[in-house]
Amino acid sequence: MCLAVPAQVLSISDPSRALALADSGGVQREIELSCVIADGPPETLIGAWVLVHVGVALAQISEQEALASLALWAELDDGDGA
Amino acid sequence: MTDAKRLTLAHGSGGEPMQQLLHQHIQPLFDNAILARQEDQARLNMTLAPGERLAFTTDSFVVTPLCFPGGNIGTLAANGTLNDLVVGGARPHYLSCALIIEEGLPLETLQALLADLAREVRAAGALVVTGDTKVVPRGAADGLFINTSGIGVIPAAVDLGTHRLKAGCRLLVSGPVGDHGAAILACRRELALGGDLISDCASLWPLVKGMLEEPGLLAMRDATRGGVNAVLHEFAAAAGLSVELEEAAIPVRPAVRGLCELLGLDPLQLACEGRLLAAVEADAAERMLERMHAHPLGSGAQLIGRLVPQRNSAVIVRGLYGVERSLPAVSGELLPRIC
Amino acid sequence: MKYVDEFRDPALVAQLVKRIDASAARLPSRQQPWQLMEVCGGHTHAIFRFGLDRLLPDCVEFVHGPGCPVCVLPETVIDQAVALAQRPGTLLCSYGDAVRVPGTGGSLLEARAGGAAVEVVYGPRDALELARRHPDKDIVFLAIGFETTAPATALALQAARREGIGNFRALCHLVLIEPPLRALLADPQLCLDGFIGPGHVSLVTGTRPFDFIPAQYRRPVVISGFEPVDLLQSVWMLLRQLEQGKACVELQYRRVATTSGNSAARAAMEEVFEPAPSTEWRGLGSLPHSGLQLAPEYRAFDAAALLEPRAATGAEPGDPRCGCAAVLSGRMKPPHCPLFGRECTPATPSGPLMVSSEGACAAWYQYRQESADDRR
Repeated sequence: MCLAVPAQVLSISDPSRALALADSGGVQREIELSCVIADGPPETLIGAWVLVHVGVALAQISEQEALASLALWAELDDGDGA
Repeated sequence: MTDAKRLTLAHGSGGEPMQQLLHQHIQPLFDNAILARQEDQARLNMTLAPGERLAFTTDSFVVTPLCFPGGNIGTLAANGTLNDLVVGGARPHYLSCALIIEEGLPLETLQALLADLAREVRAAGALVVTGDTKVVPRGAADGLFINTSGIGVIPAAVDLGTHRLKAGCRLLVSGPVGDHGAAILACRRELALGGDLISDCASLWPLVKGMLEEPGLLAMRDATRGGVNAVLHEFAAAAGLSVELEEAAIPVRPAVRGLCELLGLDPLQLACEGRLLAAVEADAAERMLERMHAHPLGSGAQLIGRLVPQRNSAVIVRGLYGVERSLPAVSGELLPRIC
Repeated sequence: MKYVDEFRDPALVAQLVKRIDASAARLPSRQQPWQLMEVCGGHTHAIFRFGLDRLLPDCVEFVHGPGCPVCVLPETVIDQAVALAQRPGTLLCSYGDAVRVPGTGGSLLEARAGGAAVEVVYGPRDALELARRHPDKDIVFLAIGFETTAPATALALQAARREGIGNFRALCHLVLIEPPLRALLADPQLCLDGFIGPGHVSLVTGTRPFDFIPAQYRRPVVISGFEPVDLLQSVWMLLRQLEQGKACVELQYRRVATTSGNSAARAAMEEVFEPAPSTEWRGLGSLPHSGLQLAPEYRAFDAAALLEPRAATGAEPGDPRCGCAAVLSGRMKPPHCPLFGRECTPATPSGPLMVSSEGACAAWYQYRQESADDRR
């Protein structure tokens, strides 16, 4: 039901409103980070990848988990058991 | 007139201000002897050799914003009509240019847009030989509307059109799809998108001139409104055949793909303004592709599909995993999705 | 695109298909196929776009679920939005999805052609920006969606309140995922064997709304991402649970989803909204505690207050032959509905599943014309 795209945080455009410029496949747009900043300043998220829905980042993407799930499936190619 | 001068209703009223606008600011841009005669009609000496035919086309141009990355309404109005001639195999000769101006448009803006229009027409070896200017009250138009008509000549040996389409022929696209539509969407203020999105607006004549020398060319269309999707459906309907498309072969620039992922759109539905779709004989496809690749306007050309005997859908796409799905025709306005 | 292309890799997809085949072969044999429901319309869209249903073995099928906020939008909400857009000095802002949905007097697009002020926006913050730029106008945002989409509206309303932007309003029809799932599972004729959970809803909610499915109904749930590799991996995880006779909630979408969800997003929702006593769903009727309404401190932003109060309209009667309920519970495929492709098409939808391209029937109609005809 909900289209969300991965985007990389490029810069903070308005720290007081937690607004940032983010790049999604070569297209840049302003997004809101207030749901993904824990306690620290938004600047700590520069360079991070987030998942964006209607202009709001709802989660940070874990590269480790992404690689783990891809690697898992590559590995499972030979065997058949779980 | 000063730099800050804006067009008013007086400039369209037929009196002195209009004459001044035409003579001082518009006609010089199109500088040619036919227009300079200032008659109510352009008088053209055109003698056709046996078998040659005239091609005649018209198109109106409305675009918001008037200027966008890669072009403006001037280049669009020139190339749109030039391309409608050349995809029929016609060499462009003459264009008309009619303006509907919303009062308040800065004169400087109008001149810059028309200078670009004139440059594109000249580059294709054609002339703007007649025109019209109207100024309408604020709100009755959106800045500037342009209509251009064009006349070209189709050589005796050239016969292109959907009547020549047949099962087995190959479909080539001249470059990445959707650039213009993506650039215009990104300009929409309420979407507020940035990025490397540039309109492909260009005259296709230099590319087509070379393609006409190759054997096996059957039909061409430029993929404007409705994008490549619309042309494929037109080909299928006109020929009573179906189109089979290879999704992986369709060239799309990364930023255009990014925009489509973001807004939930299909690049095949986005308009192009400098791309054509060509149907060619199966055994001529490779040579035609090489010919296209030799020109900068066709450097990204790809073989994307073929026509086949009619199936249950007009256009069928073979996806990344080999599964076929039907590609519905575009219905209405392109709207960003959230789901 | 990073985090997209890797999850569309054809080689990986081929491997997954092999594993699904092997796992399906180990399932106990039975007459009817194993039916897995993808709850979310976004999943339905991806399944059709990539043809994933055709990659599954014959004994495993996708059933398309109710998770499309546009499909379930009642006509009365569209009618209210149209009335607001026609109101002098008002600009109605909407997601692109909702402007084509027909109300009783036409869609928002049709209203716009008749002179109503309608603007398509990417998100609620863009509507708020319009309110800042046009203090002389009432800017109304048509806030639809499930839990994924509600936080964005909440954040925009919080900002409007903080900054005192009084000309910003919301017409809210925000719904929750759990109540329709409960209604679906309560159907005694239910034929579903497992659920592909909506990964983007769970970013906000966590896995809690889905816990009752294994607990009460012994059906497995896998919270899934939206790319082909995600969906096929989720299918395989469901088959593995079925094979082992297990039923629990598992996370496939681990790169973003967690069991606890996003507490900051929920906090914003909880401040701005409160549970509505009952909410109308197109095709499902009225479900208690299935939606959100503005909390008392935010009532001043309610766009419905701008409208003349009118007599409450009941649920639309609808065509009695409409098969949407049977399609939703896995008892019927869209083309077997008597209305499908005849009275009911994307241009003239009779039932909710034909309304937006994420609806099971509309997706089938769009993408499967070829195969449906081939089978005739």
